[in-house]
Amino acid sequence: MIESTRFGEYGGCFVPETLMAALEELEEGFRTIVPGPAFQEEMDYYLHEYAGRKTPLTFCRNLSRDLGCRVYLKREDLLHSGAHKLNNALGQALLAKCMGKRRIIAETGAGQHGVATAIAGAALGMNVEVYMGEEDIARQALNVARMRMLGANVLPVRSGSRTLKDAINEALRDWVANVHDTHYLIGSVVGPHPFPTLVRDFQTVIGRETRAQVLEKEGRLPDAIVACVGGGSNAIGMFTPFLGDPTRLFGAEAGGEGPGGRHGATLCRGRPGVLHGTYTYLIQDAFGQILESHSISAGLDYPGVGPEHSYLMDKGRVTYREVTDDEAIDSFLYLSRTEGIIPALESAHAVSLARNIAQDLGKDDILIVNLSGRGDKDVSQVAALAGDCL
Amino acid sequence: MIREVDRAGADVIEVVMPFSDPVADGPVMQQAIQRALSAGMNTDSLFSLIRDFRAESETPLVILTYANPVVQKGLGAFYRDAARAGADGVAVADVPLEETEPFCKAARDAGIDPILFVSQTTSDKRLEMIIERAGGFLYLVAALGVTGVRGEVDPATIECIRRIKGISSLPVVPGFGISSSHQVQAYSQAGADGVIVGSAIVKEVGDRVGRPGEMRIAVGEMVRALVADIV
Repeated sequence: MIESTRFGEYGGCFVPETLMAALEELEEGFRTIVPGPAFQEEMDYYLHEYAGRKTPLTFCRNLSRDLGCRVYLKREDLLHSGAHKLNNALGQALLAKCMGKRRIIAETGAGQHGVATAIAGAALGMNVEVYMGEEDIARQALNVARMRMLGANVLPVRSGSRTLKDAINEALRDWVANVHDTHYLIGSVVGPHPFPTLVRDFQTVIGRETRAQVLEKEGRLPDAIVACVGGGSNAIGMFTPFLGDPTRLFGAEAGGEGPGGRHGATLCRGRPGVLHGTYTYLIQDAFGQILESHSISAGLDYPGVGPEHSYLMDKGRVTYREVTDDEAIDSFLYLSRTEGIIPALESAHAVSLARNIAQDLGKDDILIVNLSGRGDKDVSQVAALAGDCL
Repeated sequence: MIREVDRAGADVIEVVMPFSDPVADGPVMQQAIQRALSAGMNTDSLFSLIRDFRAESETPLVILTYANPVVQKGLGAFYRDAARAGADGVAVADVPLEETEPFCKAARDAGIDPILFVSQTTSDKRLEMIIERAGGFLYLVAALGVTGVRGEVDPATIECIRRIKGISSLPVVPGFGISSSHQVQAYSQAGADGVIVGSAIVKEVGDRVGRPGEMRIAVGEMVRALVADIV
């Protein structure tokens, strides 16, 4: 029986009994294999030689001048694959291989985690199958093609809303039926224990590097850090090494259409409940049925959130705010034109919130934005939406 | 439909409180859940359905659901209202041993049975701890995977029935994937105290949406045939 599965009252492992043996096995692997020198050495090779770590912490001259404080971007957009997702995909795929699993399944919304998993599978010689909602397959043709080129099999999901939430349901169903030889490589700090902790630990490399880099460049800790939150893996990875510091931490959620409209702002507007194996804030009706979320950014379009974020919000350690679709597009173009960096639409939410926070900062204050991914995947969508403004 | 299953001779009736994201269920149950939710089914209408049935029959009835509808109603309130409506037990598909304590406590406080799940992947140590906490009967998941018609007998399930029977006096009832006489006979010969048939019956309903008369006849015939196969 697994113990200590919670962040305060959040988390847990709400899955069918059939899956518990697999979660126990995964927890055991996480505790015994991951800390060992052999695993760490392999991980070090894949992160540094292969994926291109460490990523720069870029001092942005133009942004700093424009926003009136010292602005840095943590450049996860420069990681191989174009987003932070690869940190976790490589870590879990390596662990699954060490545990003797032959097959990896994953879910994906926009396709970034699917692509990262396909890359990890190709690099490590493992079979990868990716569940993706039919709606998302239609919207993200580029990433579907990338996954297939990388040798992964993309499995269309036709149940429910045919998006990320349903892709996770389908991956869980597959895992229950194939627990003996399959690892479910979940893409964010969500799902049953030990996933939220496991994924956090593989993403914490972002925050560890950032902390060392800012201390080296500035000789002190930053005043504020901003990251976007869908499931919340890039944010947790960035925040974790700073939790004991005085640095103020901010999470940008998908405000979607704004007040009264459809949204993905689980923490700002939701209520705690149980979905996909964990007790956390959710977007749901009065009877506990999960409602469809909405965001212009597929990576933030999820009606749940990592349980540790629920805990950090209740505790008051991290402040979560909403950024609307329109504000995200505005900041997508703003960063592209001000600094010459095209952000992912997810990361554009963080940029937008950072612009607001900068108003309360002085010119010597340090503000770090986690630029979780690059925006190539979003270029045609933004071009269509912002047509007149371009 | 509950009345029909009762008349056809079922010993226990299982009613599903639908949840929007049923990860333990296959396509037949998913579609049924979607139909029920679209028709406005919720925890309040479930309890009133059970109350109506209880007014005319004493056949034991258990609720099968997922954690969130229970959590949102409030554990105490859900089990109390279930008991008042006349339910005899509640099984929650995504609550394993690790999370079961508050659910079991609420059930016992309300005076109804916490029905717990075991599976062929459940270790002996877990099995003992589950038996300690379970009430009513043990719900043995009879296949690796989700609910849905399979037709074949699973040797691991036979082995699991024998394993449980060796250490517990609780009735053992396999469910998931059961639809054929062959399976019912094999499992009951191995020592099972009954079988749970869900998707196979729900499929008869799903194939006849909008034709309630035909639905009742098909479901009645199926249940009668299955009941006759139990040895």
